Formats: sequence, structure tokens, C-alpha cells
Amino acid sequence: MSGQQAPADLTRDTGEASPGVGSSLRRPDGDLKVRGQFAFSSDLSAPDMLWGHTVRSPHPYARIVRIDTRRARRADGVVAVLTAADVPGRNGFGLVVSDQPVLASDVVRYVGDPVALVAAETPEAARLAAALVEVEYAELEPVLSLEAALAPGAPYLHPDGNLVRAIDIRRGDVDRHAADAVVRGTYTVGMQDQAPLGTESGLAIPDADGGVHLLVNSQWIHADRNQLAAVLDLPPARIDVTLAGVGGAFGAREDITLHAHLCLLALATRRPVKMVYSREESFLGHVHRHPAVLRYEHGAAADGRLLYVRCSIDLDGGAYASTSWAVVSNAAAFAVGPYVCEDVDIRARVAYTNNPPCGAMRGFGAVQAAIGHEAQMDRLADALGMDPIELRLRNVLDEGDLMPTGQPLRGRLPARAILESLRDLPPVADRTDDGFGPMSGGLLRVPGGVGNVTHGEGIRRGVGYGIGFKAGGMPEGIRDYSTARVRLFPIGGEVVAQVQTSAAEIGQGVNTIAVQIVQTELGVADVMVLPANTSVGSAGSSSASRQTYMTGGAVQAACRALRERLIDLAHERYGHRADSLLEHGHEVVLRDGALLAGPEQHVARLTDLVPDDGLEEVRRFDHRATTPYGVDGQGEPHIQFIFAGHRAVADVDVETGLTQLVQLDVVQDVGRALNPVAVEGQMHGGTAQGVGLALMEEIQVSGGRIRNASFTDYLIPTVLDIPPMTTTILEIPDPEAPYGVKGAGEPATISSTPAVVNALRRASGRDLSHVPVRPWDLIAVEQS
Amino acid sequence: MSQDLSQELSQDLSLNVNGRDYELEDVPVATSLLSVLRDRMALYGAKNACEQGECGSCSVFLDDDVVCSCLVLAGQASGRTVRTVEGLDDDPVGGRVRRAMVELGGVQCGFCTPGFVVTATGILGADPDADEDAIRERLAGNLCRCTGYTKIIEAILQARTAPVDEEADR
Repeated sequence: MSGQQAPADLTRDTGEASPGVGSSLRRPDGDLKVRGQFAFSSDLSAPDMLWGHTVRSPHPYARIVRIDTRRARRADGVVAVLTAADVPGRNGFGLVVSDQPVLASDVVRYVGDPVALVAAETPEAARLAAALVEVEYAELEPVLSLEAALAPGAPYLHPDGNLVRAIDIRRGDVDRHAADAVVRGTYTVGMQDQAPLGTESGLAIPDADGGVHLLVNSQWIHADRNQLAAVLDLPPARIDVTLAGVGGAFGAREDITLHAHLCLLALATRRPVKMVYSREESFLGHVHRHPAVLRYEHGAAADGRLLYVRCSIDLDGGAYASTSWAVVSNAAAFAVGPYVCEDVDIRARVAYTNNPPCGAMRGFGAVQAAIGHEAQMDRLADALGMDPIELRLRNVLDEGDLMPTGQPLRGRLPARAILESLRDLPPVADRTDDGFGPMSGGLLRVPGGVGNVTHGEGIRRGVGYGIGFKAGGMPEGIRDYSTARVRLFPIGGEVVAQVQTSAAEIGQGVNTIAVQIVQTELGVADVMVLPANTSVGSAGSSSASRQTYMTGGAVQAACRALRERLIDLAHERYGHRADSLLEHGHEVVLRDGALLAGPEQHVARLTDLVPDDGLEEVRRFDHRATTPYGVDGQGEPHIQFIFAGHRAVADVDVETGLTQLVQLDVVQDVGRALNPVAVEGQMHGGTAQGVGLALMEEIQVSGGRIRNASFTDYLIPTVLDIPPMTTTILEIPDPEAPYGVKGAGEPATISSTPAVVNALRRASGRDLSHVPVRPWDLIAVEQS
Repeated sequence: MSQDLSQELSQDLSLNVNGRDYELEDVPVATSLLSVLRDRMALYGAKNACEQGECGSCSVFLDDDVVCSCLVLAGQASGRTVRTVEGLDDDPVGGRVRRAMVELGGVQCGFCTPGFVVTATGILGADPDADEDAIRERLAGNLCRCTGYTKIIEAILQARTAPVDEEADR
């Protein structure tokens, strides 16, 4: 299916009733959401429903000596208490390896590992009974860092040892150069939380014949179902997973969390069971962005040309593998950033520890890498006395250049255009330009805000840039695909369309895109997207910025199959007339509920072609094959490269260490913006999450324990932390992708953090080796 | 032996929510307004995202004030008027806010959205000419993780100035 490009007429002028791709169609669920009527997974209920609660380990590493559930079972309102002994199938799950127990049986490996479940008549009764489950532990010495995990003699946290994966990517010879400038840096990145506003929640309903129906918030319901089948020892067909309303995801819902727990309780009690994690439990229940240690050495010639890059990236994977295998792959592949460098030595690894498990979060390894390579590029520019944008432009990737993996970059690349666009932005005013002095603009405009902590003397303004990229879609030879069923049927004198996929609408707008594609391909205005469920083939994950490409591709393919059916029906029904019109070199156009030959010539109305019982096609869409890494990390592991860049303007009070962002400018290539407003929304939201990582977001872990598992203590940006933003969308089509699209979800998250940190470096003059930047990192050191 | 007092002490409550009177029996005294709205009245518009008053997802009107319903005990709302996002259907300011939020892309996952609609309705209801700084300051108690706030601000600014369109706003 690859290689298709939309005919030029399938663009933005198909009329108001049928806007199609390229228009900013409003979200189909928007009206329900603003009225509070949209049913999120936490808003579900069923008659006779029970409430579930999880008993979790208080220790980072311990043997379970004994579990006594008798008191809990006797408590008011309790219907069931389950432990590992009640798991009928495989007591393990995981997207890559099934190393995570559904309920720990012998060992707990992190603070929060589930050990028992309670179902009771009310949430309070379930919570109280959970506290009555007595678990006796024999504490073990926890492994709390990657170094400790990989040290000789370290206890094995899993049977094959503590190294989850190591990837070395080497090209050329980093030792052959006599560089004019060498910059070395070590950077540490804190553990970030996805912090979707909706916590994990769902409802499991047992069915009459021993199966179960799960309604849950998720990013990939087929992966959920397949893992559940093994855990529950049921055939996959007996497990029906429906996507309930998802309150954000950002990677936190790739792995299953409460899914198996809900199903176990529902099957054990023969009653519907609901669970809703509190915010605290949400921090314990899902994986986080890997904390990282990045060590870089860049060598450059006097003219700025990058001669070599040597780097190591260490990720703390926490207690279970989750998607660490793929996160470390991304960190390695994108470690150099979007720059040409023939001689590279990249070593990346991720290890098991007894810290909270880490896995997917928006940007997925490339975020950590960009914090390293963009700090290095700024410092290299300073070492060479060059402008930071100029240095980047001198090295930026262009068509025909090679990745560190040796993968050639085909087609026009956007990185140079992004940098030029950032360079050409209108200059930023100095703070005092308007003549009103340093406090101009009011308290909201100064670091510390209405806290009124400064009269402005210590405020310094800095401008920083960052650019980053990653791959869209699944890498390394994974056979990734999506599936769509599109149905046309007559109703009330009109032909309408129905789309069924299993793609997780997590807020990003994949359902809106599906509607637009059907409108464009079939010329039908009224398009309904049915709730995602497992009655149709997998759509793959709503991750890696892939759904518009993949599920968009599947919807397009199903529509094009329907189009062929409509043409056949036109020939059958209108015989000679259709034959002569359609075989006269005219292209078939589907528009406004009619089939046309060429732009004008009416052939048939769809109502006259579509039979009463409808027309339906199901199509699977595959992208072209990729390859695994070979020797020295060489290969063609990636489908598509997606880029963004930022300029950040920040004011820093170097006396208090407080920061106020002044302006953010985002430039991103999306191939083609199928829905420009939705694309801008991804750019804004991705930028804001990057700002959070730059300035405030870090899960504080000590002794393996999360110390700030709440929105009081784990801060995410408010509206006052996010300054005015400009967005520039570049459209450099990918000829292999449907409509030329490129993934839009993640790139802005990658480049915003380093742009902000570089702005803080410029403002404060400090090196800033830790992200998020803390106030004490920014305070000027008195020179005496 | 610790006993949870909230299980022992309960009360009967009369609440007026969205113009309707509710008589609730045996509500434990520690129950939040958010909890009775969701679990007793099946009014799910107010969301439970942090339950610490940090995120504003549970915002409702208590008389004329916008409050976090997670921080108000159900008993404290007795004898007062509660309006949730579901009760703003006929509110002209709320209608303009809703329409602008959808039109301008202020909604993504939508979990924070009811809280923003209630808060913005409160802001513009009290101060129809609120400027952008005032709007930002008063929205600082509502967290959104998807939009980066930009389109929400644009929407509220548009709702402030948009002419009343009674058909579309309902």
C-alpha cells in the first residue's frame, strides 16, 4: 500500500459539508466533552457493580514470606480477596518480555508492586479491607542505580541478569581526529511522569460463558487483550476490550496496569468490577520516563564542522522491562541529533533496578538524547565563538546524509528549513525596551510572579535554541500494521459512512482524522467513528506518532476498496453510460454523495449504488519493512524521521533562581497537516510537556520510594508557566505515507526542553548539567 | 484497632444541584461534594484527577463561586446552590465558552475540559471584559496536560467577545 499519494484534487476545497483532509474539522467528541457528557473510563458504572482496590508493596525489594487475607475477607462489604495463587494463567505481562507479575508471588521488586486485590461493595470498603491484608516481607538490599545493577556480584533482579539491553552504534573512527575544539559534558535527566489528567480506571464485566468484557483507558487494546488472554488463560476471542474514554496517555497507557486486576476480580466474583486509581496510585501504577545519565564528547574543526561524537547513555529501567528495549534503541539512534557526523561511537544501555519501572513517554528516548546533544552544540558554539544556529546549520542533516546507523536519509529533509525558520524569527525585545524598566508588564511577567520576590534587579534574559528528531512508527523490523473497516449504508435518503478501528483516541484526534479521510476519499459528509474495540484487527499502538500514518493509511485503503466497489456497481447498474463515461479517460471522483467522471460529469448518486444492507470493506495497512540493527548498530531500522525545533526566551532572576518564560516559538515538519488546528495542538501540548521537564517535573525517588506522588508535590506547568507560543508548520511530504503525512505527536516534546535549558544557560551563565533545572542551579555565584 | 470514622458517622443531606433537589441518606461525613456528585447523583461532569485541589478538574459553582468540589465536604454544600458543568447548558456565557473551546481546538483528551468550562464561565460571568492577564491568573488553578493552554486562552478570549448566538450556544 505504500507509495500512494493523494490526487491533487483531494485537498481543502471539497466544500463545507464535506471538508476532508487539510481542513480543521472539529473533534467529533468535542461537544460531549465541553458539556461534561463524554464518558471517560472513570465515569462508567454497571448494575450490581463492585469496586476493586490494590494492595501494593511498601518495599523496593523483598521476599514475600506470607500473605494472610483472612481479616480482609471478613471485613464489611468484601466479596473477594485475590493473590498470586488466584491467577489462572501466566502470572506475568509486558510489552516486550513478560517479566512483570500481575500479583507478586515470591518477590516484590519496587515500591508499588501489586501483591493482592480486594473487591468490595463500595470504594471505601475496598480501600479499608486492602489495609487489612497482612503481608509479611523479608526485606532485601535494594539495587538503586544502574551502576549498582551492573556491578560485579550484584543480585540478579530477573533470571537473565540486570542488563535489559545495550546498543552500541559505531561508524568510522572517533580517534583519528585532531579537533580544534573539544567539548565534554555529563548531563543527568530526572524521571518524568506522563501525568495524564485521567488516572488509570476501568470496568470489567463478566459475560455469561466465562469470558470478560473490559472497558478501559488504553493506548493499544489488542496488546492489552493478548496479554490478558495469557494471564486469564482464556482464548483471546473470549476477551472483549473496548476503549473507554481516555483522559490523556502520553505513553503511560502502553503497558497494562489495572487491566488484569479488573478481569481477575470480575471473573472471580461474577460481578462487574470498577477500579479508579487515585493520583498517588497512578504514580505507582504506571511506568515513567527513564532517568538518564548522558556523557558526551564532541570534537569539531575550527570552521564548526563536527568531526566526531563519542557518547554513552545510561537509562535506569526500574524493576521491569516494559518498553526499555525500544527506548534505549531510540536514545542510541538519535544520540547525535540531526547532524552529519561520520565518526561516532555511541553506547547506550538500560538496566533493571529496584526503582519505579520506566517505559514509554512521548519522545521515547529521543527526549533524553536531545538534552545531551543540544547542550553540547551550544557549548561547542561558544568554544568556537560561533552563533549557535550557524553551528547547527553547518552540520545539519540533508538529503543523502547517513544516520549513525548508516541508514541513508531519503527525500528532502526539513532540519535545515527548521533552523533557518528559527534564525529568521523576529528578534526578541530586551526587557527594558519599552522604557518602563525591569518590572514592565506586571507581576505575571517576572520570575516569581505574584509571589512578588523581586524588584527586577537580578533578572537576565536569555534566548535558546533546540532541534530534535526521532523516528515515527515502530522500528527494527517490527511488522507493524493497522486495520480499518469502513461501511457505507443508506439512511434517511443519504449515504452515510461508519468507521471501525481499534485505534486508541487518546485526545490526539485520530478519530477526527478518520472522519476527514472518509470525507475526502468517498465524498460522504456524514461519517461516524464507532468506539474502538477488538472486533476488528489491531490498529497498533497510539504511540510513536504513528496513528495518522498507520490507521489513516488503513482507513484510506478501505475507502479505496469501497471506491472500486462503487465503480463496479456503477458499471453494473448504468451499463453503457457508465462505461463510456468512466472509460473515457476520466478519473472517478466521489464528491457530495455522488460518483462523477472527472470533475463535472455526473454518473450516479451513491444512494442509487449502495444497497440497503450497505457496502463494507476491511483493509490492513502495512508500512515498508525495516531491519534490525546489525554489527556495530548498522542497518535501516527506521521508517520515517520527524523533526521539530524551538526558540525559547526566558527571564531568569539570578538572585532567586526563579524563571519566567517570555516566549516560545515552535517549527515542525508534519509532511502534510491533515488537520492544522489539531497539529498546532500537538505542537503546543508537546512543547508544554518539554517545558515541564526543563523547569519543574521530576519524580523524586529516594531509597526506591517516590516522594512526590501527587499534583501538590509533582508540578506540571500551569497556564502561568506557559508563555505565548508561535507555531510554524512545515509541509514536506513523505512520498511513502498516506497524503504525505509525518508523525506529529512527539517532535515538539523533544526540542522544547533543550531550547528552554539553553535559554537558561544564556541568561544565567551557568553550565546546567541537570534537567529539570532547579533554582539553585541558576543562582549567580558571587565573585569576591 | 483503628476504625475509620468516616464509616461510622454519616448524615442525611439535602442538596440543590443544577436546580434540582436531591435527598441523600447516610452520607459519611467525610464525603466530598465531588464524590456525591459522581457516585450518588451520576453527575460525572466534574472529574477526579488529583483530589487535592490542585488541578481544577472538579470545578463547580457553589452559589456564585467556582470551587474545587473535591475540597468541599458534601455537608458544606447543604442549603447552598451547586451548579456543575451539566447545569450550564442554558447559560449564555457557558455556551459561548463551550462553542469557542470546540471551534478553536481548546479540547483534546477533554478530561480537564469541564473544569475549564466552569472556571471560564465564572471568570467571564463576573468580569465580562477580563483581559488576558486576568484570565490567565484566574485559570492558574486548572491544569491541562494536552493543549499547552494556548488554544484554551484563545477560546476564552473569543468567548469574551463573541456575539451571542443563542441557537449555536445551546
